[in-house]
Amino acid sequence: MNKLFSRVLAWYDKYIGVSWRFIRVWQRNRDVFLRLWHSEAPGFVAEPIIIILAMGLGLGAYVGLVDGEKYIEFIAPGIIASYAMFSASFECTYGSFVRMEYQKTHDAILATPLNADDVTAGEIFWGATRSFLTGTVILIIAAAFQLVHSPWALLIPLLSFLEGILFAAIAMLFTSIVPSMYSFNYYFTLFVTPMFFFSGVFFPLSSFPELVQNLSWIVPLTPVVQLTRALINGKLQLDLLWALALIIALTILFFSVSLFTMRRRLTV
Amino acid sequence: MTIIKTKNLTKKFKDLLAVDDVNLEVEEGECFGLLGPNGAGKTSLIRMITAVSPPTRGDIWVLGKDLRTHSRQVKAVLGVVPQLDNLDPDLTVLQNLTTFARYFDIPKNEARRRSIEVLSLFRLEDKHNSHISELSGGMKRRLLLARSLINMPKIMILDEPTIGLDPQTKYLVWRKLTELKSQGVTQLLCTQNMEEATVLCDRVAIMHQGRILSLGTPRELISRYVGSGIWEIEVNSDERDKVVKELESHRLDFEDTEGKIYVFHAEANEPVIGIASFLERARRRPATLEDVFFRLTGRSLIE
Repeated sequence: MNKLFSRVLAWYDKYIGVSWRFIRVWQRNRDVFLRLWHSEAPGFVAEPIIIILAMGLGLGAYVGLVDGEKYIEFIAPGIIASYAMFSASFECTYGSFVRMEYQKTHDAILATPLNADDVTAGEIFWGATRSFLTGTVILIIAAAFQLVHSPWALLIPLLSFLEGILFAAIAMLFTSIVPSMYSFNYYFTLFVTPMFFFSGVFFPLSSFPELVQNLSWIVPLTPVVQLTRALINGKLQLDLLWALALIIALTILFFSVSLFTMRRRLTV
Repeated sequence: MTIIKTKNLTKKFKDLLAVDDVNLEVEEGECFGLLGPNGAGKTSLIRMITAVSPPTRGDIWVLGKDLRTHSRQVKAVLGVVPQLDNLDPDLTVLQNLTTFARYFDIPKNEARRRSIEVLSLFRLEDKHNSHISELSGGMKRRLLLARSLINMPKIMILDEPTIGLDPQTKYLVWRKLTELKSQGVTQLLCTQNMEEATVLCDRVAIMHQGRILSLGTPRELISRYVGSGIWEIEVNSDERDKVVKELESHRLDFEDTEGKIYVFHAEANEPVIGIASFLERARRRPATLEDVFFRLTGRSLIE
């Protein structure tokens, strides 16, 4: 019995290996953030406000109603979803890479009872926490501009957190395979920024040719934007559950893969 | 009691055999030295023993536990001092320690108490609120040592703990390590400093190209490979052949290097060298672990 138990334990350690101890990595990143937040956090809030105002009011003056909404109302949810994505993406590319390669923070942690999977999970959940914070702050600002019309919007911070896990995991996967920090330019110019423009943030997907529309659905930001928009304007439909299911499925997939690739990177 | 045991331990990187079939037993309470030139596989071996790097082949037990299945429990009782500084530059000196303590689940108050204690142990009590970038190289290394004690380890794993330190700091570190050993802390020490190995280690293993070439107390190794004394003979190129011939005719154990000839086991050869033609050019000195090191790993650069 004892032998069986230890074999199960070994199997778990080998293939899953995340323990509650990941919270220690999360706490470490939180402590540093609380010490240094004023050096980067304002940028993450100021930029989306500028975009909402400039595009919403400036461009919005030339754009009629989109799907029955004022343009500024139409883009606000997409801005929340996009900046939540940016937060997790930056945190788990540049941030995690610096900790892993330059500061050797992860190496130091591996000498304690934490293992590589705990480190990866801690980084991902910290990235998700950044998304949660960004999503929440922009939501509050949008509400202050009276762009929020439904109490369902209270679920948006939760959605931002889930979205954060997804994009943190994708970023982590990329971080685990890049040779140097310069590679992140590709990640942002070829993956993150296109998503910003092709996921229905600034115009409905129906304005694109059919081919682009279909491609948009592969891009993981699209379902997040759809859901966020529905939670803000209260137009909830049952088929949004597909969007949610897609987000959860992608999250599980990328989370698992990033655990595996990070383990290979950290424990050579 | 054996506290660390490895069996057929092997680590292979792409086309490099870093650790080649190593069987090692470290006894509880001893300071065990791993000596070897750069690239000998010391750090790879240590990384496997600290559960950071999975072995390609072979087994490791620490405190009787299989490292493959009990890495967390094992790491909870290890104190690791890495070769390269991996202090957390985003945190202050004190936060470095309390954060590290949290990785070991040490409660907050206890963590703070221990942090202050280990800081004063390494004379860093004035530096609580300094940032890592403000510390000198020696202070960083002392902080790394202090950090490794935060979980009151049963075993310390030290990778070149005094490299690049001034003599004052080096002696402070040696003294602390000796104290810790007398308190029963087992130490596995990687070093290239032969004096350090002689001063600190009960037993040493000399490693080269991934293998352990020899193992014993420093004294045993010295008497086995080079004897307690060595004759150094300065020769220029004209005389070299003559001297070498003379040494060969006496069947002496010697090594011919570019500038000097070393004759080993001086104590046994006293009578012969006493009448040799090159006596006035010969100087007798006590043998050290360094001589053993050169004999076993060669004098040429190892890339």
